[in-house]
Amino acid sequence: MRPRGIGWRSPLIYPLKNGTEIAPLMISTTGALITRRSLLIKATSMALSYDVLILNLFHFTLLVAMSLTLVLYFINVYYSGKPIKEKTSVAWHIALILLNPCLILIDHGHFQYNCISLGLTVAAVAAILSDRDVVGSVLFSLALNHKQMSAYFAPAFFSYLLGKCLRQQNPVIEVAKLGLAVLGTFAVVWSPYLYSAEASLEVLSRLAPFERGIYEDYVANFWCTTSILVKWKRLLNMQPLKLLSLTATISACLPSMIQLIWKPKKSSFLYGLLNSALAFYLFSFQVHEKSILLPLLPASFLAMEKPFVLLWLTQNALVSMFPLLTRDKLIIPYIALHGLFILLYHSPGGRQHKKETQSSFGTLRLFLLSCFLVLHVVYLTIAPPRKYPFLFEAVIMLLCFSQFVVIFLYTNTKQWTPSKPSALSTEAKKHL
Amino acid sequence: MNHRKLHHNSTTQNQNQNEQIPAASIPKTCGNQLYHFLWFSLIATCIKLLLIPAYHSTDFEVHRNWLALTHSLPLSQWYSDETSPWTLDYPPFFAYFEYFLSFFASMLDPTIVHLSDGLNSKSHLTILFQRVSVTLSDAVLFYGIYRITRKLDPKQKYLIWVLAVWAPGLIIVDHLHFQYNGFLLGMLLISLSALENGEDLLGGFAFAVLLCFKHLFAVAAPVYFVYLLRHYCRGGLVKGFGRLVVMGSLVVAVFAAAYGPFVYNGQIHQVLRRMFPFGRGLCHAYWAPNFWVFYIMFDKLLAFLLVKMGFHVKAPTASFTGGLVGDSSPFAVLPTITPLISLVLVLLSISPCLLKAWRDPKPSAVTRLVAYAYSCGFMFGWHVHEKASLHFVIPLAIIALKSVEDAKHYFFLSIVSCYSLFPLLYEAQEYPIKVLLLLLHAALMWFGLSSYFGAYVPKGDERSHSSAVVRNADFVIGWFGKSYLMGMVVVEICGQFLHPVVLGNKLPFLPLMMISIYSGFGMMYSWIRQLRWIIGSI
Repeated sequence: MRPRGIGWRSPLIYPLKNGTEIAPLMISTTGALITRRSLLIKATSMALSYDVLILNLFHFTLLVAMSLTLVLYFINVYYSGKPIKEKTSVAWHIALILLNPCLILIDHGHFQYNCISLGLTVAAVAAILSDRDVVGSVLFSLALNHKQMSAYFAPAFFSYLLGKCLRQQNPVIEVAKLGLAVLGTFAVVWSPYLYSAEASLEVLSRLAPFERGIYEDYVANFWCTTSILVKWKRLLNMQPLKLLSLTATISACLPSMIQLIWKPKKSSFLYGLLNSALAFYLFSFQVHEKSILLPLLPASFLAMEKPFVLLWLTQNALVSMFPLLTRDKLIIPYIALHGLFILLYHSPGGRQHKKETQSSFGTLRLFLLSCFLVLHVVYLTIAPPRKYPFLFEAVIMLLCFSQFVVIFLYTNTKQWTPSKPSALSTEAKKHL
Repeated sequence: MNHRKLHHNSTTQNQNQNEQIPAASIPKTCGNQLYHFLWFSLIATCIKLLLIPAYHSTDFEVHRNWLALTHSLPLSQWYSDETSPWTLDYPPFFAYFEYFLSFFASMLDPTIVHLSDGLNSKSHLTILFQRVSVTLSDAVLFYGIYRITRKLDPKQKYLIWVLAVWAPGLIIVDHLHFQYNGFLLGMLLISLSALENGEDLLGGFAFAVLLCFKHLFAVAAPVYFVYLLRHYCRGGLVKGFGRLVVMGSLVVAVFAAAYGPFVYNGQIHQVLRRMFPFGRGLCHAYWAPNFWVFYIMFDKLLAFLLVKMGFHVKAPTASFTGGLVGDSSPFAVLPTITPLISLVLVLLSISPCLLKAWRDPKPSAVTRLVAYAYSCGFMFGWHVHEKASLHFVIPLAIIALKSVEDAKHYFFLSIVSCYSLFPLLYEAQEYPIKVLLLLLHAALMWFGLSSYFGAYVPKGDERSHSSAVVRNADFVIGWFGKSYLMGMVVVEICGQFLHPVVLGNKLPFLPLMMISIYSGFGMMYSWIRQLRWIIGSI
C-alpha cells in the first residue's frame, strides 16, 4: 500500500454518503390528500489508518454496528409510547443522534473510542426507559468501566433509580438488587486486578490523574474561563482545589438530582442526564474539550422536544473544539460535517415541529453566529499578538462558556417545570 | 393506522372537492423548491469536501499540468509543448477554462502553475485548489439539473434530484478519480432542457459550446443535426433555409471562437492530432464494458476451440491485458477492428435514432434520443473509457420516472455503471467508500422508486369511494434482475476476497476481466432495451 504523502498526519476521515430521501406519498389520488413524507436516512463513517488497516476496519465495523443497533434500540423504546404523528420524524431523530458531528470528528478524526461507552450508555438509558432497571444498571456499569468519563451521567442514573426504588413496595430490596448488579459487574470486569490491593489502587490512580492540574489547554468550563480573572492554580494548592471543584460539581448537580429523587419521571430523566453531564463539564476537575460529547448525547435524545437546544449546544461544542481540530488538521472535515449537521437539522420535511421558532433570540443568535464566523477566519489567518499567544482560544472559550451556562440554566428550569403533554397529541385529538 | 382512518373520514367529508389538492400539503412556491434544491446540492457539496484527501489518479497531474501550460506558455505553444507526458488533448475551450482557473491558482500558490517546478506536485494547496475547483464547477451541473426538472411536479423533482445530484458514479469519477465531467454534463443538460422547451437556438448553441469543451460529446452530433434540421428549420423552403443559415452561422461562430486562434497560428493540424490520438488501441488497459469485450472473448474462445480441433492459429503478438494495445493485430481469429469499422458500427447503431428524429422530432423525446446516441458510442466506440458511461446515465436519470419500465431500466443501469467504475479506485482505502456509495444509492433508488410507483395503490382500502384510483404497476424487480444483482455481489467477493486467497499473484487481470464482462452484460441489456424502445416508437 503506497504511503499517503499528502501530509495529513492523523488518520483520515472518509465519511461516506449520507443519503436523505424524501418520498412524498400520496395515499389516494382523489379527495382530500394527505402527503406523508417519510425521511429515510442512512449514514456510516469510517476511518482508516493505513498501517493497521484490517484491524481498524474490523474494530470500526464492530463499533459502528454496535452504536447503530443500540441507538435503534433506544429509538424503539423512546417512541413506543408516543402518538402516531411524531413517527414520521423518527428517521430525522436517528440521523441527529448518529450523525453527531462532534462524535464523528473526535472518534474518527482525533481518534478515540468514545462510541463504545456512549453506545453502552445509550443502551442503559433505553433499558431504563423500558423499565428494565437491572439491565440498565449493568449496562451503565459496563460503560463506566470502559471510560470513567461516563461518570458524568452517574448522578442522574443514581438519583433516578433511587427515586424509583423509594416509591416501590420494598425500597430496601430494590436498592439491594441494583447494588448487587452493579457490584457484580464491577467484580467481573475488575477480576484480573482484584488479587491484591496495590494492583487495584494502581489502576485507580491511573484513572484519575490529579497531578495534571485543574484544567489543561483552553476548555470552555468554569475554572478555565474564570482563570482569566482568578488564577486558581496560583491561588490554591492541589488539595483545596480538588475539594473546591468537588463541592462545586456536586452543588451544580444537586438541583437536578433532587428533582429526580423527588419525582422520577422518564422525561425528566433525560433532562437529568443532560444537566448532570453539563454540570460535570462545567465544574469538574481536569476536563477535556472532548468531554462536551457527553452532554451532547442526552441533548440529541431530547431532539424532538427541544431541537433548538441540540442545535445550539452542538454548534457551540463544535466551535469550542475548533482549536483542537485545527491542531489535528481537521479543518475541512470540520466545515463539511458542521455544514451537514445544519443541513440535516433543517431538512425539508424532517420534522413537523416547525412552530418552535426562537424568534426572541433570533437577533442574538445571529449576532453570536457572526461572531463565531469572524473568530474562525481570524483564528486561521491572523497570528495572535505576542503578549497573548492564546488570545483567540480564550475568546472562543469565553463565548462558548457563556452559551453553555445559559443552556445549563435553561435545561435545569425545564427539568423542574412539569412537561406539558405534547401539543401535537392534543391536535390529533381535535381531528377525531 | 390511526391516521389512515383520519384520512378516510375526511375523504368522505370532502367528496365534493375530489379534484382539488390541498395547497398546504405540497409546496408549490418556486422559492420553496429552490430552497429544497439548494439543500440537496449543499449536502452533495459537503460530501465532496469530505473526500478531498482521498485518492486521486494521474488525471490530477494531467489537469495541474494543463493549468501550468496555459498559464506559463503563450497560446501558440499550448498544443505543442512536451514538458510533461500529459499533453493537452482537449479542445480549446477547455484550455481557456484551465487558463481561467490558473489565475486563481497562481494567486494561491505560484508553484502550482509553474511548468517544471510544479511537476507532480502533491502539496496541500494543489490538492485543495483542484478539488475545490471541481466542486465549484459542479454548480453548472446543478443548474442544468434544476433547469431540466423545472417543469415537473414536486415528487418527481425530488426523486430525480436524488438520482442525479447524488449520482455515485459522478462522485467516484469527478471527486475521487478526478476529472471535470460535472460541468460538462451540466452544459449537456442545459442544452437538452432548452431543446425540450422548444428553444432550439439555445440548445444548439449550448451543444456547440460543449463540443468545443470535450469532443467526446460529438457522438450525439448527428442526432442534434437531424433533430434541429427537422424541428427548427421548418416552415417552408425559404424560412427553413433562413433558419438553417442562422443556426449554422451560430455553430460556426462558436467553433471559430474556439479554433480561430489556432487556425491563425497555423497549428490546426497539431491540435487535431492531439485531440484524436488513434495510435491507441481498441481497448483501454481496463476494458470498458462494451461490445468489444464480447468480441475479444469470442475471439479467444474461437482460438481456443480451433486449436483444440487441430487447426493452426497464429498467436497474436499484441495482448489485450498487458496494457495499451499497439498497432499490430491483437485478434487471433476474428477480423481486426479498425477505427473506421468502429465508426461505421456506431453510425449504424445510431441510425434508428436518426430515423426517429427525422420522422417525429418531438421535444419530449430528445433526451432519450441523445442518451441512446451516447450508449451507442459507448458500446461500439474506439478506445472507450468506462467513464463515458456517465454521458448517458445522467441524462437517463432525468427521464427515469416516465414509466415503471424506465425506472427499472435506470435502476439496473446506474448500479451496473457505478459497479463498472470500481476498478478506477483500486486502493484499499477507497474500498468502503465506493461500496457504501453504491449500496446507499441502490437503497435510495429502491425505496424512492418503489414508493413513487407504488403510491397509487391504496392498500387494503376496500371502502374507498374513489373509483378513479390509478393502479400503476408496482416497482418490482423480477427474479432475473435479482439474480443478476446477486451475481454482481458474487463477482465482487470472488474478485476482491477469494482471488488473493486462492490464486495469489497469478492471473492478476482476472478480477478486472470478470468485472468488465459482467458489467458488459448489463450494458448490452440496457442498450438493447433502449434500441427496442426507439424502434417501437418509430
